Amino acid sequence: MRAPALQGVAIVNASRRGFLKAGVGLTLVVVAGGAAAQAGPGKAGRANAAAPFVPNAFVRIGTDGSVTVIAKHLEMGQGAYAGLATLVAEELDAAWPQVHVEGAPADASRYNNLFWGPAQGTGGSTAIANSFDQLRQAGAAARAMLVAAAANRWGVPAGQVSVAKGIVSHPPSGRRATFGELAAAAARLPVPREVKLKDPQDYVFIGRRAPRLDSGPKTNGRAIFTQDLRLPRMLTALVAHPPRFGARVRSFDAAKARAVAGVADVVAIPSGVAVVARDFWTAKTARDALGIEWDEAAAFRLGSAEIVAEYRRLAATPGARARRDGDPAAALAAAARRFEAEYEFPYLAHAAMEPMNCVVQLGPGGCEIWNGAQMQTGDQRAVAAALGLAPHQVKINMLFAGGSFGRRANPGADYVLEAAEIAKALAGGPHAGRPVKLVWTREDDMRAGWYRPLFVHRLEAGLDAHGDIVAWQHRLVGQSILAGTPFAGALVKDGIDVTSVEGASTLPYAIPNLGVELHSPKLPVPVQWWRSVGSTHTAYSTETFLDELASAAGRDPVELRRRLLDKHPRHKAVLELAAQRARWGTPLAPGEAGERRGRGVAVHESFNTFVAQVAEVTVRADGSLRVDRVVCALDCGLAINPDNIAAQVEGGIGYGLAAALHGAITLAAGIVEQSNFHDYRPLRIDEMPAVETHIVASAEPPTGVGEPATPVIAPAVANAVAAATGKRLRRLPFEGEALRA
Amino acid sequence: MTEFDLNGRRVRPDASPDMPLLWVLRDRLGLTGTKYGCGIALCGACTVLVDGQPARSCVTPLGAVAGSRVTTIEGLSAGQSDRVSRAVQDAWMRLDVVQCGYCQSGQILAAVALLRAKRRPTDAEIDGALAGNVCRCATYQRIRAAIKDAARVLG
Repeated sequence: MRAPALQGVAIVNASRRGFLKAGVGLTLVVVAGGAAAQAGPGKAGRANAAAPFVPNAFVRIGTDGSVTVIAKHLEMGQGAYAGLATLVAEELDAAWPQVHVEGAPADASRYNNLFWGPAQGTGGSTAIANSFDQLRQAGAAARAMLVAAAANRWGVPAGQVSVAKGIVSHPPSGRRATFGELAAAAARLPVPREVKLKDPQDYVFIGRRAPRLDSGPKTNGRAIFTQDLRLPRMLTALVAHPPRFGARVRSFDAAKARAVAGVADVVAIPSGVAVVARDFWTAKTARDALGIEWDEAAAFRLGSAEIVAEYRRLAATPGARARRDGDPAAALAAAARRFEAEYEFPYLAHAAMEPMNCVVQLGPGGCEIWNGAQMQTGDQRAVAAALGLAPHQVKINMLFAGGSFGRRANPGADYVLEAAEIAKALAGGPHAGRPVKLVWTREDDMRAGWYRPLFVHRLEAGLDAHGDIVAWQHRLVGQSILAGTPFAGALVKDGIDVTSVEGASTLPYAIPNLGVELHSPKLPVPVQWWRSVGSTHTAYSTETFLDELASAAGRDPVELRRRLLDKHPRHKAVLELAAQRARWGTPLAPGEAGERRGRGVAVHESFNTFVAQVAEVTVRADGSLRVDRVVCALDCGLAINPDNIAAQVEGGIGYGLAAALHGAITLAAGIVEQSNFHDYRPLRIDEMPAVETHIVASAEPPTGVGEPATPVIAPAVANAVAAATGKRLRRLPFEGEALRA
Repeated sequence: MTEFDLNGRRVRPDASPDMPLLWVLRDRLGLTGTKYGCGIALCGACTVLVDGQPARSCVTPLGAVAGSRVTTIEGLSAGQSDRVSRAVQDAWMRLDVVQCGYCQSGQILAAVALLRAKRRPTDAEIDGALAGNVCRCATYQRIRAAIKDAARVLG
C-alpha cells in the first residue's frame, strides 16, 4: 500500500465550483452556525444536505470562528483526527480550542489517499505522511485569504497583517479581528495559486503535544460508533454464517425465528441467512432458533496442523525469487558453520473491540452507508456492483471505528457488502427502505476469516571461520493477501506479493550472499492485512535468527547489528538510541529466587519508520513469562505529535505482544476453533510492560506510526527469553512453549 | 415490568426480565455509552455500576437489577458530590488515555469503582481491579497513570 510521489495539490474556491473536478481542493465555506459535533451520527451528512455549500475540501471556517477540519482518514484510535487537524492548524495559525474535526464523505475525487492514486482509504500508516503537504497547503491558503480579507477591510498592506492563535491583527494600528469576523469576506476572495509554507523553526503545533480532539466524547460515552448509530425506523440484522469456509446455505427453516416477537424478516443472502428484527437481542434470539442445512460440497476441511505440514514440505523446495544477492547456495555449501531454523506463525484475527457492523439504507437515489469506513472507494465499488448502482450513488458516512487494525479495510468489502445484501433482500417486502444495522457478535467476528495469513519460514545461514555471516537463505510460505485484489497490479510482481516478503526481502544487514524465496499456496481461508502486514512475521524470523547467529558467533547482539548496518544510518541510529536508553551491556537487576531475567533487542523498518526495541523479561520458576519493560526508539521523520507517537508505540507494542504471547486462530477440519476472548486471548492490563518511547529528532518528511512498533516486540521478547533461558522460541504464540528451567 | 434507578431516575423499560441489561440500556433506553464487546463477560466493555459495584451488563438480566441503582457512563460526574468520577474523567482527558475509545466507558467505570473503594491503589491493585477490562489498543499504561493521577487529585 505504498506509492511514490505526492501528487500536485490544486486549490480552488467555492465560488468556482466548476474547477472542483480538477482534483484536491481547498474551500473556505462560510457556515451560519458553528462547527458540527465531531463525527457525530450522520451529522456531516445532514449538515451537508442543508448547508449552502457542500464542504468539499479540508477546512471550513464558521462565522462563529470555529475551524472545522474535514478528515479524509478514519479515526480508529491511531490519532489521525488530531494529527490531520494539527497540519491545518499549524499553517492557519489557529488556536487549538477552536479546531474541530469532521469525517469526510466518500469521494475519491477530493479525498483520495495521495499514496494510493485515485482511491480513498486509510491504511499502511499513511494518514499523516500522504497529507503532510496537502493539509498544510490547505491551512496556509485559508490563512492567506483571511489575511487578504483583513488587509482589504483595514486598507493596509497584507504584508503587515499577522495571524496568531486564531486572531488576525495589524500590529502598527492595533487592529484585530477573529476568524469568524473575517470568514464571510474571505470566502469571496480568490484562492491563492501558491502559498508559502512555514519555516519549520516557526512551528507552534508540529512537534508539540496537541490534545486529542476525541478524548472528550470518548471519555463521557457520547462518541458515536457504528454500533451506536440510531436512525428512525432502523432494524438490526444478525447473520448466520456457514461453519466452514466455502459452504453455502442449502435450505433453512425460519418458522421458529419468525415466531419471535419483534422479528421483521428472515432472508437468504449470499453469505448466509439474515434475521432482521427490532433490536439486537430479538435478532440474536431468533437467529439461535433458525434451522439451517448447509451445503458443504465445496467446503474447506483442512486443519492448521495439515496446513503447517504442507507448508513445511514446501519450505524445503525452491520458491519464487524475491531477492538474490551473490550466490547463497554456494556460500552456504562453503561456509565453516551452518545453521537452520523453521518458524511457524498462526492465523491471527484482528479482534477489534467493536465487532464488525455497518448501517445501510436504500433509497430511490441510491444507497447510504454509515460505518467506520476504512476503504471507501473499494466499498463504493463493491456495493454499487451488488445493487446495480453507480459508485457515486453509494454515499458513505465515516464514523469512529472501535479499532480496526486493518480489518475494516477489507479488499472484498465483506461485511459492508453483507449489510447491503440484507437491505437489498428487504427491498421487495414491507420493510423496504428502512435502515438496517448489521451487527456481528464477537463469535461471528472471530470466525469470519480475513486473518493474518498462517506462515512457515525456513532460514539457513552460514558463518565463515571468523564467525562472520557469509550466507543467508530465507524461504517463506504463506497465502498472498493481495492476489486477486485491486492492489495486485501494483504490488504483486513476478509472483511475489510484496506484503508477503516485506521485511525479509528488504533485510538491511550487510550479508554478501542473501536469498529470499516465496511460496504462495492458494487456500480458501480469507486473509487480510493485519497491523504491520508482512512485518508481523518477517521481523520475527529475521531478528531472532540473527540473534541466534550472534550468539553462535560469540558476538554481542547490538554490536553485531551495528556492524552490519553501516549503510543504513537510520536503522543504526534507532538501535544505538534504544541500546543506550536501555543501558544495554549493564547487568539487569536480578529477579526473585527461581526467576531468570534477560534483555533482548530487535530492529526493524516498516512503512518507512525505523524502530528498535529492547525488552526486559522475567521467566518465573514455573516457566511463565513476564515482559517487564520495553525501551523503544523510533525514527518516523518529523515528529508531528510526540505524545501521540508515544501512544502508538505503547499500543502497538501491546497489540504485538498479545499476538506473541497468546494469539492464534486455528482450524480443525476446516472449522475455526476459537470464538471469543477466552480462547483468543487479548493482552490484559496485568501483562502490559512499562514502555518508554524515544524519538529520533529528524527533519525528514513524516512517516507512519500506527503500525511500525507492532512487529518489533515479539522478536525483542524472544531474544530476551533466549538470553534468560537459552531457549529459542520458533513457534508463535509463545503460550504453551515450555520455558521451565 | 422491572423498575430500577438509572443514573438517578426511576425507569421501567419495556423489556422482558431475562433480556440482558446491556441491550435494555442500548436498544430500549437509548443509552449507547455502554458497549457490546463479547457478550459473555470476558471483556468488560459493558461495565456498569450496580449499587456501586462494577457489573457486566451483557450477562446481567434486567430482572436482576429490579430495585437497584444502576450507573452508566452517561450518569458519571452528574452529582455535586461525585468528585471521584470527575477526577477520573479529567485524568483520562489530561493524559489522552483513549485511542479508539470503544472500551473506555467500561475502563472508566471500573476505575471509578476502584478509587471509591481505595484512594491510593498500588499498581498491583490497579491491575487486579482492571484485569477484566480489555483494551485492544492497549492503552493500559495510560490507564494506570490516569488512575494514579486521579488519586493524586483526590488527595
